[in-house]
Amino acid sequence: MFFWSLVLIAVGIFSSFIYGRSRIKLNSKKQGTKSKSLPNYYAQYVLMWCLFPALIVYFSWAIFQEQIIQNIVISNFEYIEGAVYNEGLLLAEIRNVANNPSFADGKSIEIINAASHYSSLRQISQISFYTSIIIIMLLGALYASQKLKPDFHAQHTIEKYIQYILIFCSSVAIFTTIGIVFSLIFESLRFFAEVSIFEFLFSTEWYPFIPIREGQTAAEGSFGAVPIFAGTFLVMVVAMCVAAPLGLLTAIYLAEYASQRVRKIVKPLLEILAGIPTIVYGFFAFVSVAPFVKAFGQSIGIDASPTSALAAGMVMGVMIIPFISSLSDDVINSVPQSLREASLGIGANKAETIKKVILPAALPGIVGAFLLAISRAIGETMIVVVAAGTAPNLTGNPFENVTTVTVQIVVALIGDQEFDNPRTLSAFALGLVLFVITLFLNIIALQIVKRYRERYE
Amino acid sequence: MSNSKILANGVDVYYGSKQALFGISMDIKEKEVTALIGPSGCGKSTFLRCINRMNDLIEICKVSGSIKVDNQEIISEKTDVVSLRSKIGMVFQKPNPFPKSIFDNVAYGPTIHGLVDSKNELEEIVHSSLKKAGLFDEVKDRLNEPGTSLSGGQQQRLCIARAIAVNPEIILMDEPCSALDPIATAIIEELIDELRLNYTIIIVTHSMQQAARVSQKTCFFHLGELIETGETNKIFTNPDNTKTQDYITGRFG
Repeated sequence: MFFWSLVLIAVGIFSSFIYGRSRIKLNSKKQGTKSKSLPNYYAQYVLMWCLFPALIVYFSWAIFQEQIIQNIVISNFEYIEGAVYNEGLLLAEIRNVANNPSFADGKSIEIINAASHYSSLRQISQISFYTSIIIIMLLGALYASQKLKPDFHAQHTIEKYIQYILIFCSSVAIFTTIGIVFSLIFESLRFFAEVSIFEFLFSTEWYPFIPIREGQTAAEGSFGAVPIFAGTFLVMVVAMCVAAPLGLLTAIYLAEYASQRVRKIVKPLLEILAGIPTIVYGFFAFVSVAPFVKAFGQSIGIDASPTSALAAGMVMGVMIIPFISSLSDDVINSVPQSLREASLGIGANKAETIKKVILPAALPGIVGAFLLAISRAIGETMIVVVAAGTAPNLTGNPFENVTTVTVQIVVALIGDQEFDNPRTLSAFALGLVLFVITLFLNIIALQIVKRYRERYE
Repeated sequence: MSNSKILANGVDVYYGSKQALFGISMDIKEKEVTALIGPSGCGKSTFLRCINRMNDLIEICKVSGSIKVDNQEIISEKTDVVSLRSKIGMVFQKPNPFPKSIFDNVAYGPTIHGLVDSKNELEEIVHSSLKKAGLFDEVKDRLNEPGTSLSGGQQQRLCIARAIAVNPEIILMDEPCSALDPIATAIIEELIDELRLNYTIIIVTHSMQQAARVSQKTCFFHLGELIETGETNKIFTNPDNTKTQDYITGRFG
């Protein structure tokens, strides 16, 4: 039904546009003056007054129709005394019967009645939907056509409307973010109602299994997230050990030594690295790097597990090289050429110039790049899910299995679970911690980069 | 007659396929101020930057011909650019102190060239360079503040101090006063006059009054060619070439 209504709206806006155009031309001819704006602006004005009310009706119907109909059907349902109903199942049954009459066989009369009630409500809703769309479009066009006088500044009004539209679009992203944050906070509060926040933040035992059914012999769950934070930190450190030197040196090469031709080839190639899906990095880590790490560990007498912080961290390091190299390259490039000339002019060679002038000048920006890379590293999921393991070990040994915040969120949400026990709710608490950390890292990094830019612009 | 410090012969410069300088030959004497004048884009800065091989930084720039500094050919693959540049200081159009302290700005050159053995020695060089640049009294109490906190004119004098700290023989100045106000300009011009006693100075300038005030020799460039060169007095009072005449009287440029 919603497809045909879109066609209806399209026809509406098209004809309102044509109508607006011809109407203003007619009006200005009648008064013998030129209109203040071009005819197209008046046409757009009518179009907007036709389109937006219609869209509001359209979306409110799309969102609320089903819910309202269901509520009416349920409230009118004749319950059989003594029987126990699950509302969700009941509704599904009614809908099935309404959509497909052959399902009616063997169903109780109450259900069949409710189903026909449901169908008739839908029909009424559909008819009133189309009528209200048409009416609202006509009303809108009518209101707008009142204004189609030659001395009306249609262009100004259109520009104001466009500004509203732009504000609306940008606020969608902001409100979505706020919504996500609130859902994180509320679900986390539910978690912290059952598990103390001190246990979560400071206890070292992560054993998120709780008896689901009565009589199950699982131990009491414990939710000390320290091993998870430690694992995340360990993987991040390994990743930065790989990415920081490689990325920074790459950036120095690209910005200071590479010829234009090399730069043009290498930079896009590096940025391809950033475009590889992280799950691909994940199985690269698992299939190629992890066995190598295990073999290497054995050769130096360390018993390495098949998945390890080292394997995941190294591959993650490779993944974030382009973040560091690309950002640092930009930063180094924006160090003014005059500083290079000053240093070289005194007789410093290239290496001295880079070490003593360029890098100190670019340092804040480079630190910003590192922080952004770190926040990317601790938020990364797929590589660690595949290659770091899921065991919450509290260890500083990178050859061991560790687990990270993101991995534990995945583990907590896998499977058919309701959000009513600490195990699944722990995902939100972990997510909140992750969010807060990355948020702070990003804010600090962006501040540093911004202050750095101001200094040279 | 004093000695030739810089001897250029048939210098051609290309930016890609565009020729910027056409067979420039010039003889620059020791301990004199030589002014390069001419309209924008005439190649005077390009020539200046040939003398300390600064054009190497521009990938598409090709220099041919011969420039001899103290009878040493410098347009050659074999030239030791680092030692050349330590012998030839440069001051740029826009003051460009490093984002370091005033002290470190001046100490930069002596440190990288290993000119000093001790902290005291370094301090001495820094102080004497700042004195020579006429800046010491203004900054002696705040040598640890960033060089970028100084005013434009002070920054430019800091850059001069930085250049002379490595004890060069030649100082190249590329429109050193174009970003400064008249008072700061007057101070720098006075400074140039003093520095002349110890250094060979080549200055690119757009201000004819400045050229007349500070230089002994003047070279007039036009469209990549050296039109006329001679005593500053003569160039400004009785030039041989009509183009020079037109330029200094303000008929074009």
